[in-house]
Amino acid sequence: MIFNYAAPQAFYPIAGRMIPWFGVAAAVLAVAGLYVAFLVAPTDATQGEAYRIIFIHVPAAWMSMFIYLVMAFWAAAGLVLNTRLSGMMASALAPTGAMFTFLALWTGSLWGKPTWGTWWAWDARMTSELILLFLYLGFIALKGAFADPQRADRAGAVLALLGAVNVPIIYFSVVWWNTLHQGASVSLTRAPSMAMTMLVGMLLMALAAWMYSIAVSLARLRRIIRAREGDAEWIRLSTGKRNPR
Amino acid sequence: MSWGSLNEFLDMGGYGLYVWGSYGMALLCVLIEVLFLKLKD
Amino acid sequence: MSGFALLVGRDLRIALRRRGDALNVVVFFVVASSLFALGVGPEPKLLAAMGAGVVWVAALLAAMLSLPRMFAADFADGTLEQLLVAPRPLLGVVAAKISSHWLMTGLPLTLIAPLLGLQYHLPASALGTLLVSLVIGTPVLSMLGAAGAALTLGARGGGVLLGLLLLPLYVPVLVFGAGAVIAVQNGLDPGAHLSLLGAFLAVSSVVGPLAAMAALRIALD
Repeated sequence: MIFNYAAPQAFYPIAGRMIPWFGVAAAVLAVAGLYVAFLVAPTDATQGEAYRIIFIHVPAAWMSMFIYLVMAFWAAAGLVLNTRLSGMMASALAPTGAMFTFLALWTGSLWGKPTWGTWWAWDARMTSELILLFLYLGFIALKGAFADPQRADRAGAVLALLGAVNVPIIYFSVVWWNTLHQGASVSLTRAPSMAMTMLVGMLLMALAAWMYSIAVSLARLRRIIRAREGDAEWIRLSTGKRNPR
Repeated sequence: MSWGSLNEFLDMGGYGLYVWGSYGMALLCVLIEVLFLKLKD
Repeated sequence: MSGFALLVGRDLRIALRRRGDALNVVVFFVVASSLFALGVGPEPKLLAAMGAGVVWVAALLAAMLSLPRMFAADFADGTLEQLLVAPRPLLGVVAAKISSHWLMTGLPLTLIAPLLGLQYHLPASALGTLLVSLVIGTPVLSMLGAAGAALTLGARGGGVLLGLLLLPLYVPVLVFGAGAVIAVQNGLDPGAHLSLLGAFLAVSSVVGPLAAMAALRIALD
């Protein structure tokens, strides 16, 4: 039954109805999260108010990694099940994932400067995040390099899977590299000891980011469906013939 | 957590640039992404 | 097995006819490596500290330069399609391509590298480790490179796109390969680095050809 919705045109209106719900959820959770971040969480003893960046930095980093996995999942599903919608979903997720990766790097840098005195220090987590950004950009670039969308989807899927398999190895090698050259591993953006309030704040913001990602990705998915299937739909409607693709 | 005044809130104990630079960028990214999607509608 | 040898032999013969291509890779390796020295100055201690990383990065870039050619010519004249349709296993074709690439790129780079290491004032023990690390690491470049080359067959953006895709995936090779040499320079045992490099070689020898095969089928559909 669920494969009925695997047809892009069938899913298009459903996605449209889902978007406002996720948008509202994102807004509500964001308000709650920001409330905790600025009006509940107390000042930190060592880092002062600068640590409040954690409430946007950590959720952004979590989302950047989570979205990559979801993207790889949909890409794999498209390859295995040969469903067009899965490949489109992967394409729809990529820009949002890249955005969160960039945001994680930006906020991490702004957090590092007042607390550790430097805008960038090649610590393991930030360096891995940087490489993740390269992986996202590579995926987006490859998708854009083919005229045939089916070729683009399937090549992108292979790349996403290749990346997903390698991400743990890359992360491990970066941690290795970092401890090797710095002696004791220092994480520039290590959080102050986690109080319950901070955890709640981060979770709320992470959930907000998650809801936002779904809303935005569904909107982008609809745009992709329109771009690719619009012709076929028009042809189908106007001539009464079945979808030629 | 209580802030003495709006000025104190915006100043963030001297770290205002960094804190608002972070949240500001987040807001900017969200706005750009949403606007971009609305434009192509 | 003889099919494999035939394919490799064919690739090598073609390469010998177009000697320029194979030589370009080596020349690029030397030039790129020298550029770093020209960029930072001739101070021996600095160069010795940088040397392992520089030689490794230059080797990465040089290996990547010749990757678009791995499948492109056969793709263009229809040979690749015939190879896919033929009853011989696709894995054999990919393995042959990887082997020829390594013989024409990885192997020459590995042999020349110690000379470049000398330019960077690397001590003799480090030179030996450099050699070993490249012997283990350059095949990885060819294996993952095959996947990259197959993925970008006929794509817009050519070599730059290939670089963008492959360089993040090459990070572990770089870290463990150069790290081994630096360990020796610091008086430590490179065993751990080289073992990790070997482990990554094992993983790549499965993942790389698999991805390349999938990508080739996608390209020729």
